[in-house]
Amino acid sequence: MVDVLSDTNTGITPAEVVDVELYHPKSWWTTYIFSQDAKVIAIQYALTAMAIGMVALVLSWLMRLQLGFPGTFSFIDPSQYLQFITMHGMIMVIYLLTALFLGGFGNYLIPLMVGARDMVFPYVNMLSYWIYLLAVVVLVATFFVPGGPTGAGWTLYPPQAILSGTPGGNEWGIILMLASLILFIIGFTMGGLNYVVTVLQARTRGMTLMRMPLTVWGIFTATVMALLAFPALFVAAVMMLLDRALGTSFFMPTLQEMGQLMKYGGGSPLLFQHLFWFFGHPEVYIVALPAFGIVSDLISTHARKNIFGYRMMVWAIVAIGALSFVVWAHHMYVSGMHPQFGFFFATTTLIIAIPTAIKVYNWVLTLWRGDIHLTVPMLFALAFIVTFVNGGLTGLFLGNVVVDVPLSDTMFVVAHFHMVMGVAPIMVVFGAIYHWYPKITGRMLNDGLGKFHFWVTFLGAYAVFFPMHYVGLQGMPRRYHDIGETSFIPASAHDLNAFISVAALIVGAAQLVFVFNLAWSLFKGKEAGGNPWGATTLEWQTPQTPPAHGNWGKELPIVYRWAYDYSVPGAPRDFVPQNEPPGGFAVQGARA
Amino acid sequence: MSAIVLFLAVVAVIAGWWLSQQRLASKPWLETGVIDDARGASSLPPAKIGLGVFLAVVGSLFALFVSAYTMRMELVDWRSLPVPKLLWFNTAVLIVSSGALQWARAAVGRDDGEGVLIGLLAGGASALVFLIGQLLAWQQLDAAGYLPAANPANAFFYLITATHALHVVGGLVALGRTTVKAWRGAEPAQLRLGVELCTMYWHFLLLVWLVLLALLTGWADDFVAICRQLLT
Ligand code: HEM
Ligand SMILES: [Cu+2]
Repeated sequence: MVDVLSDTNTGITPAEVVDVELYHPKSWWTTYIFSQDAKVIAIQYALTAMAIGMVALVLSWLMRLQLGFPGTFSFIDPSQYLQFITMHGMIMVIYLLTALFLGGFGNYLIPLMVGARDMVFPYVNMLSYWIYLLAVVVLVATFFVPGGPTGAGWTLYPPQAILSGTPGGNEWGIILMLASLILFIIGFTMGGLNYVVTVLQARTRGMTLMRMPLTVWGIFTATVMALLAFPALFVAAVMMLLDRALGTSFFMPTLQEMGQLMKYGGGSPLLFQHLFWFFGHPEVYIVALPAFGIVSDLISTHARKNIFGYRMMVWAIVAIGALSFVVWAHHMYVSGMHPQFGFFFATTTLIIAIPTAIKVYNWVLTLWRGDIHLTVPMLFALAFIVTFVNGGLTGLFLGNVVVDVPLSDTMFVVAHFHMVMGVAPIMVVFGAIYHWYPKITGRMLNDGLGKFHFWVTFLGAYAVFFPMHYVGLQGMPRRYHDIGETSFIPASAHDLNAFISVAALIVGAAQLVFVFNLAWSLFKGKEAGGNPWGATTLEWQTPQTPPAHGNWGKELPIVYRWAYDYSVPGAPRDFVPQNEPPGGFAVQGARA
Repeated sequence: MSAIVLFLAVVAVIAGWWLSQQRLASKPWLETGVIDDARGASSLPPAKIGLGVFLAVVGSLFALFVSAYTMRMELVDWRSLPVPKLLWFNTAVLIVSSGALQWARAAVGRDDGEGVLIGLLAGGASALVFLIGQLLAWQQLDAAGYLPAANPANAFFYLITATHALHVVGGLVALGRTTVKAWRGAEPAQLRLGVELCTMYWHFLLLVWLVLLALLTGWADDFVAICRQLLT
């Protein structure tokens, strides 16, 4: 198909753009279920991720019940506790956040924001979702197999992960977990190829890289990282699966179990740690970079101000992406590594703090003297900044070998990573949903419910994770079902634990309000119009809302400016859409 | 982990070179109007870029295997297994396969439909022979008592060769589709993209195989040792 780009206002000669062959669905099934339209795939990804995320949320409740009121809930035994933390961690990091940011927001926003009709390989894109769904189904199945899910911790360290002392270790749990991860990676790779090539090849006329919204930069860079980092998890998972199923010894040293010499011999558990963290650290940024990008756009739009230091922001995203591949061993300080290695990795870790800090400064400077509208997306964006700074500061503690060693495996670490990669990205997820829901459905989410959801979630998350730092400093270990009578942990810490648990229950319950809001607003929400926030980026300038199949009607938009022309002096409105020619008006999508 | 770090460094150089062409130092807030490096996209078809990105992923997969292999090799109890002679024959066959596809590609350029078909068929057939050869090599090892579970070196050998073979199988599916099209008499021009993609993939797998072979036969030991010294 060839699209003719023409422009009557400025007399620019029409350019012929070879467009992707658009696939046209023929039936209800291929329109809504086996759809190849990135927007439908995005919604499928998002709904699946949120559904499985609810499972992880319920698991966190159960864990908190046990930690807050040890001994009260007899149905949670120690091995179940381990299963809960494992599944909770794994689901949250991979099946919720990674899938939602890349598969959900990536699919929805990339084609729209760069002015494409769809992803470049729609069929592969569809497969990507179905394989992801299969991975989720296999994951859920582990709850129902004999022995239950694996309890090896989300890091799945061997040798314990496949020993009989670990829940699911010599049963189905670990096998299905690894199989599910392998499927997830295959599915993700299919999607990831699409996101990358679409950004590279399907940008519309005028959309240079430096005119892309930061959301696209964040998702793009994160996808490149994920494509290169996930193979490490893949290799680790395959090798562990072989160890478990065929009795090879990639990771399994010679060892005795219950007094019996096992069949294994000669494997290296440390090898697994290297592979796992070679994936695991970039993973943190795979989740963080899309959040960085999205939050930049939320702040700029809702403060009606151009993003401060756009170039710097782009460079920082790229620099963080590159650097995060050379810091993995900071998760292994206690593995007995050579001190010089420790020093090297501590240094690279601290260097990453520089581009990250630049980003934080730029967000703050964007807000400075902005016309801040405290809409729900803006509230969540602000909460993200605060939380991220908070988690980043404790990260500086843990990045230093000497400080990390005593804190390793305490609740301090749990509090740290929940702040940076739990609460902070989730805040962005919520902000982004409140921001783009009107484009996706044509209706606004209810504002009152949204504000309620925000305040309970934000304050609640702090009530949960702030005290957890303190409990960790007291020496409370992580992954313990019950610390019992421990002399160095004062009685007050137990009260604090009970408080944390109550807060966690409340935060969790508040998410039901959010889910209700999503469903209710779909039918009863206020009509949104095409561009309710007065935003500049292309997805708000589509001829229809929700955007139709093919996104742009007959002609692709032409881009004349960067994505952040807010409050331009002399402009008739306080925003200038990217497709508005110099001196003219873009007719479509005027502010409702 | 030196192999993967090295590999990613190469990827980073390529990405950096590409980024350096993208006017990353421009000041987009000052520039309104149509910029006519316009789409910024290269004129290559998306499928080619897609394959290129995919090969980077596959490359990092194999680089990780190599990393894991060399890390395990360092330990004192490493006993590498004797490499069957058959692998040399297989290597030759894989080279022939790559050559045949290169020839098919040249035939596309000459607009020689028959040549394309012959090249594709020869390429596919020799790739099949390669796979059968690999299976036979496994059988020989198995018969000689080198079972996968007996020793880490054996396990690595089977795993790495199997992963490579699976990638060849995947390639054969794509090659099969192109061949069927050629068989049904499609014009060479219509086949161009398919043939080019297959050729690119084949050459890549050949390269990967040569690296793996050097590693498995111990040829690369000196090189690995040098790398290790550089790093420590
Ligand atoms: C309501 C929100 C949440 C609560 C109350 C919560 C609570 C917990 C608790 C109690 C643990 C186990 C601590 C231990 O004994 O080791 C845990 C572990 C973990 N959580 Fe969360 N969490 C929440 C949200 C999240 C989110 C959004 C993420 C996403 C990154 C996340 C990722 C993890 C990870 C990776 C672990 C470690 C699992 C392991 O040790 O293997 N959590 N969480
Ligand atoms: Cu890390």
